[in-house]
Amino acid sequence: MSSVDTTAEVHDEHHDDDHHDHGEFIAHHFDTPEQQYDSGKLGIWVFLVTEVLFFSGLFCAYVLLRYHQPEVFVAASEHLDKVLGGINTIVLLFSSLTMAWAVRAAQLGQNRFASRLILITMVCAAVFLGVKAVEYSHKWDLNIYVASHYNYIEGYHPDAPSEGLAGALGVSQSLINLCVLPAILLVGFLVAGVIYRVRESQAMSALYLAMAVMMGGFFLGAVGGQIYQNAAESAAAHGGDHGHDAAAGEHAEEAAVTGPDTTSKYPPPIGMFFSIYYIMTGLHAFHVIGGMVALSWLYYRCTRNHFRPDYYGPVDFVGLYWHLVDLIWIYLFPLLYLIN
Amino acid sequence: MSTTPQAAKLFGNAIGEKGNYLNASRGIKSWLLTLDHKRIGIMYLIGVTVALLLAGVFALVLRSELFTGTKMFLTEAQYNQMFTLHGAIMVFAFIIPSVPAALGNFVLPMMLGAKDVAFPRLNLCSFYLWLFGTGFLLVAMLTNGLDTGWTFYTPYSIKTTSAVMYATMGAFILGFSSIFTGLNFLVTINTMRPPTMTWFKMPLFLWSLYATSIIQILATPVLGITLLLLFAERALHIGIFDPAYGGDPVLFQHFFWFYSHPAVYIMILPAMGIISELMSVHAHKKIFGYAFIAFSSVAIALLGFLVWGHHLFASGQSTLLSLIFSAITFSVAIPSAVKVFNWLATLYKGSISLVTPMCYALSFIFLFGIGGLTGLFLGTLSVDIHLHDTYFVVAHFHFVMVGGTLTALLGGLFHWWPKMFGRMYNDFMGRVSCFLVFAGFNLTFFPQFVMGARGMPRRYARYDPEFQIFHQVSTIGAFVLGIGVVVAFAVLVYAIYRGPKVGGNPWGAASLEWQSSSPPDYHNFTHKVVMNDPYDYSVMVYDEDLDTYIHREFTVPEKPARTEPEPTTT
Repeated sequence: MSSVDTTAEVHDEHHDDDHHDHGEFIAHHFDTPEQQYDSGKLGIWVFLVTEVLFFSGLFCAYVLLRYHQPEVFVAASEHLDKVLGGINTIVLLFSSLTMAWAVRAAQLGQNRFASRLILITMVCAAVFLGVKAVEYSHKWDLNIYVASHYNYIEGYHPDAPSEGLAGALGVSQSLINLCVLPAILLVGFLVAGVIYRVRESQAMSALYLAMAVMMGGFFLGAVGGQIYQNAAESAAAHGGDHGHDAAAGEHAEEAAVTGPDTTSKYPPPIGMFFSIYYIMTGLHAFHVIGGMVALSWLYYRCTRNHFRPDYYGPVDFVGLYWHLVDLIWIYLFPLLYLIN
Repeated sequence: MSTTPQAAKLFGNAIGEKGNYLNASRGIKSWLLTLDHKRIGIMYLIGVTVALLLAGVFALVLRSELFTGTKMFLTEAQYNQMFTLHGAIMVFAFIIPSVPAALGNFVLPMMLGAKDVAFPRLNLCSFYLWLFGTGFLLVAMLTNGLDTGWTFYTPYSIKTTSAVMYATMGAFILGFSSIFTGLNFLVTINTMRPPTMTWFKMPLFLWSLYATSIIQILATPVLGITLLLLFAERALHIGIFDPAYGGDPVLFQHFFWFYSHPAVYIMILPAMGIISELMSVHAHKKIFGYAFIAFSSVAIALLGFLVWGHHLFASGQSTLLSLIFSAITFSVAIPSAVKVFNWLATLYKGSISLVTPMCYALSFIFLFGIGGLTGLFLGTLSVDIHLHDTYFVVAHFHFVMVGGTLTALLGGLFHWWPKMFGRMYNDFMGRVSCFLVFAGFNLTFFPQFVMGARGMPRRYARYDPEFQIFHQVSTIGAFVLGIGVVVAFAVLVYAIYRGPKVGGNPWGAASLEWQSSSPPDYHNFTHKVVMNDPYDYSVMVYDEDLDTYIHREFTVPEKPARTEPEPTTT
């Protein structure tokens, strides 16, 4: 007969962050750091299982709807820009590299190095969203919405905006709209960073400045994406039979499907592809945003030198989450962009 | 026979310096912000009880309306809203969290000899998600109502003007609450078992909670995405479930039942775990067929994922598919029967004490037996075409959900109540409540089998005169059942204030939670727990000084041979 010690060694729930001693981040109900790490690791893996199942519903819907109308999906994916999607794929893959590297750095106790790698990961996430904003806004300009609001007419080109900020910058109003919140956040984080710098709260200042840099990444992605978009549009316009029009020509029979059916009161079935597209990429973008929040938290903890060889669980766990977000995009990209 | 000081500490009500979990800290804030699994369990218990009583009142309103078959006080539209909210609140806000989140939260870490669950903050978070999710359901009720049935079937749920968006948001949030509870429990059981407690030395309640957690983790996310798509369908008209835009409404049914059929096992499996404990403890006999009961929980959890199509026999799915789903559905009967036979074998030659928890456990066997066997009628393809959407279905799932889960929950509450609050209830009144619940329940739902088989459709506000006698008996039974449940809770609540105090182990049970004081210490255990087989009752002996059962390890023999039997530490 054996017995187990479960008497509580009472630790204070709320740790003083400036106070460093062994076992500082061990919650009171765990016996050892290993037990805590194992619990966290199993917890995050189980959470990732739920995430995979969460997306699996969308993948099922995709399979079913594509099976019903395969030619519609092929034709509709012509509207997605493989180059922008490809750039985003590379950006996310690179961010997975820096994330994995950050885990290793935290494991070695190199908090400063880890914080830089995490910052790069954060910026990559924001670049991804910036490019996505260009893609979304371009589709909205063409009246490509979800099934019930899909209103695209073959060959339609929106007029260049002439008024306001959009006119001045030569970009579409919907892109400007998508940039409002990131711009507010960028300025807000900058101001907060400066205020904390003045108050000599270094860790908070570093956190907010890093988040400002991250939001800068959004605009990097948006501007870069828009420049490419403009170039691609003018190339298509000047190239005549090349580019997009050629693609449309090759798929003449699909174009017949995609064209507006004036006899039906319903929009053409091609809108269904974009319903799936917006839901899948939108939900994925939401997970990217969640990852950005978690990464910012990690950055803060790195600047406080929290991680050590015997305590780096949070970096590891957020890292696993980030790889899953990356992995889902790895599936979304070919399924949506590369299906012909 | 005398006891050592350790025994007094372990099984008497000597507690640690912080006090027991109820009086360790005071004030509403110390409850609302607590990370203690026991307090979170109590808060859950209060919450689900309120949900039960609310949805129970809806049920009584429905039954009253059905007394004559003509309009009494509800219009047809109001009737639709009433049964929808009854179902939605009962399923999402009461039954699913009832046993795991309320009782399981309290008992699970203590059965492991642990101080808390693996993620206490997540635990509190899941309680607040439950609160907000239920709040959304109530908002749906108070704004436009909800008239889709708890299943939210498309395309009607896309078209109706009732508050589908609030309700889907509420169910979505409740789903995450359930996922987090499952995740927490699964990790806790995996990583926080004491080193000497191997998988097959765990109490069977933990096996059933583990199987439940697997379902919560694997099935609930699919409900999440389904409800999110329905939400997007209503907000943006994405058309995925709408045939007008090339979508597929039956896809919704597949998605919904891919969650909701396994969810049926989320509801019943923890109840079965409770029954395993109750049968063994109150028959004072080692559980029969431990490994079979343990594996049957896992088998039910896994088979539960492969039978969702039996809800779609009338939806036009392919006959071959229906045939396969029908066959797999039958196979679920095997592990369920394994459990029932093992429970019965446990009773054989046991020394059964018919205390209140045991009465509830015996009721469970009877009611679950009927509920399970009528499930086979419905799993049979040809019979189901006749019985589909009739009262037979209503009676079947109420026998499982109410006769099974609610009965087990009440039995579990009566079993662990002395542990939770350190007071014993009036056992006679407890048994009266059990009789009222059992009699009222059978009176309510047995007639529904008969009228269902004769063609009375479910969800109808009006009916032909030939069904009136069945409806009237059913309505009378519903009120008896309602009184029984109220009496049960009254007996329990009265015990908190007036019941006699009990020691740590009034039943002589051998699982670890009974080695703490009653109510348990803030840190669960003030002393080293003695590991033993959870079903070996010979190690527990009655101690007159403490008026409770104590571990044999701590008794002092008459001869002063072992004066200080300190247990070895691992």
